[in-house]
Amino acid sequence: MKKLIPIIQLKPSVEQAKNHAIKVTEKTFDISNKASGFFQEVANMFLFAAQTFKATFSRDFEFKEFLRQCYQIGNKSLPLISVTGIIIGLVLAIQSRPTLMNFGAVTMLPGMVAVSLIREMGPVITALICAGKIGSGMGAELGSMKVTEQIDAMEVSSTNPMRFLVVTRVLAATLMIPLLVLYADALGLIGSWAGANIKGDVTFILYCRQALSHVHFMDFLPAVIKTFVFGSIIGLVGCYKGYNAGRGTESVGKAANSAVVLASLLVIMVDLVAVQITDML
Amino acid sequence: MDTTKTAIADSSYVKTKKLVIDVKNLKKSFGTQKVLQKISMQLFDGENLVVLGKSGSGKSVLVKCIIRLLEADGGSIDIMGENVGGLHQDGLMEIRKKIGFLFQSGALYDSMTVRENLEFPLTRIKKDLTRAAVNEKVKEALENVGLLEAIDKMPAQLSGGMRKRISLARTIVLDPMIMLYDEPTTGLDPITSDEISILINDIQQKYKTSSIIITHDIACARSTANRVVMLHEGQIYQEGSLESFEKSEDMFIKSFFK
Repeated sequence: MKKLIPIIQLKPSVEQAKNHAIKVTEKTFDISNKASGFFQEVANMFLFAAQTFKATFSRDFEFKEFLRQCYQIGNKSLPLISVTGIIIGLVLAIQSRPTLMNFGAVTMLPGMVAVSLIREMGPVITALICAGKIGSGMGAELGSMKVTEQIDAMEVSSTNPMRFLVVTRVLAATLMIPLLVLYADALGLIGSWAGANIKGDVTFILYCRQALSHVHFMDFLPAVIKTFVFGSIIGLVGCYKGYNAGRGTESVGKAANSAVVLASLLVIMVDLVAVQITDML
Repeated sequence: MDTTKTAIADSSYVKTKKLVIDVKNLKKSFGTQKVLQKISMQLFDGENLVVLGKSGSGKSVLVKCIIRLLEADGGSIDIMGENVGGLHQDGLMEIRKKIGFLFQSGALYDSMTVRENLEFPLTRIKKDLTRAAVNEKVKEALENVGLLEAIDKMPAQLSGGMRKRISLARTIVLDPMIMLYDEPTTGLDPITSDEISILINDIQQKYKTSSIIITHDIACARSTANRVVMLHEGQIYQEGSLESFEKSEDMFIKSFFK
């Protein structure tokens, strides 16, 4: 019996070691699978962007569909952007006024609001709202077209779906989002004027003159450039997620959701890079 | 169960008709699941070839490999003498212009009216057509499927059978030489299924098309088949005339034709 004791004690420890080794191997495989999946997704996105770029400069540009998408993205986003723009301006003015008053610098309010709106708040908040509205719309629309075999139907009828569905949407987003940002900036200024007038009294013309006197060309130019990048990111991500949706109806929701999440994340990351670049200029 | 080919095609077709589609040793897998295993079959000029089989036997995958919506893992597909697997995008588009594909779901473009659905491929492929000629062709195709009155409706306003017929009109508007039907009668009531089967025969007669009809609907097979290929577990189980299938003593085939 004495000889048996160490064997009985050893057995579980060997088993434990085996199980531990299996768990470590499984985890390693899991991590490496996730990492390779991530890099594959990034590579696929770059490939998709390259295909879109190539299709943009091919023959037979779908101009009618491009105009329809401009209308869908631009005109149909106006109410949401209007409300958002006015509220951003209003809130900025109401929040900043007491602090500026403490320093006796309330006359700086229009300039401060205008610079904040044009350089950062307008582009980023408008882009994030567009990522939610337009990105999810594109993801869901193309995703449902994929599920119901409409994209396959285009392919088999010798029509390039990239040219018709993707290029038109990406270009429309790239063109319309900067315009929506400018529109949001203008309404933000009106909103901030309204905010300033809650506890003050300033005419709209004077307010605008003061606001624009603080805005320089180098405040304006980088902001406009980055909105084009935001637009193309929102269009590309929305189309990529929709175009590569799975086969089930569940994948439509997933495509829309991941389009919003990824586009918003990329907008913020690009903004960070853009701010660093602008700072160096 | 013996899954080898047990009969050869109706010899009259093999001897007299021109070969339109020639599939040799086609293989397709999804991960570890082998969906098609060395499939070889031919479609001859002017015939309706029905591909029968249970759900999951690889019928739809076969027809999608033929038109290269799915890439085959092995084997070759020749359409009118051209190896489809070796074609680049432009060559593939040229081949696809000769082929009409009816999807199981109809696959009508939701955001377009019936007229726009038909005009969409027509105006992009036959660019030299005038506006009047496009209108004429669209109306003719819709008349052929008996749905001219639906010309300005949206797909959401149509029933399942009407959607299939409009989808059929969208393919015939391009005057295809080959038709591929993926489950044309699935999800339809028996009367509408019969109407679709009659339409398939009408299209064969009027447009002189050669067709592959993927189905598990025996009534549709009986109405349309000139020749039948039965798939089972990714392999050709039997190939021959409809009569040879009807008379077969094989239990698996009998279970289909009872």
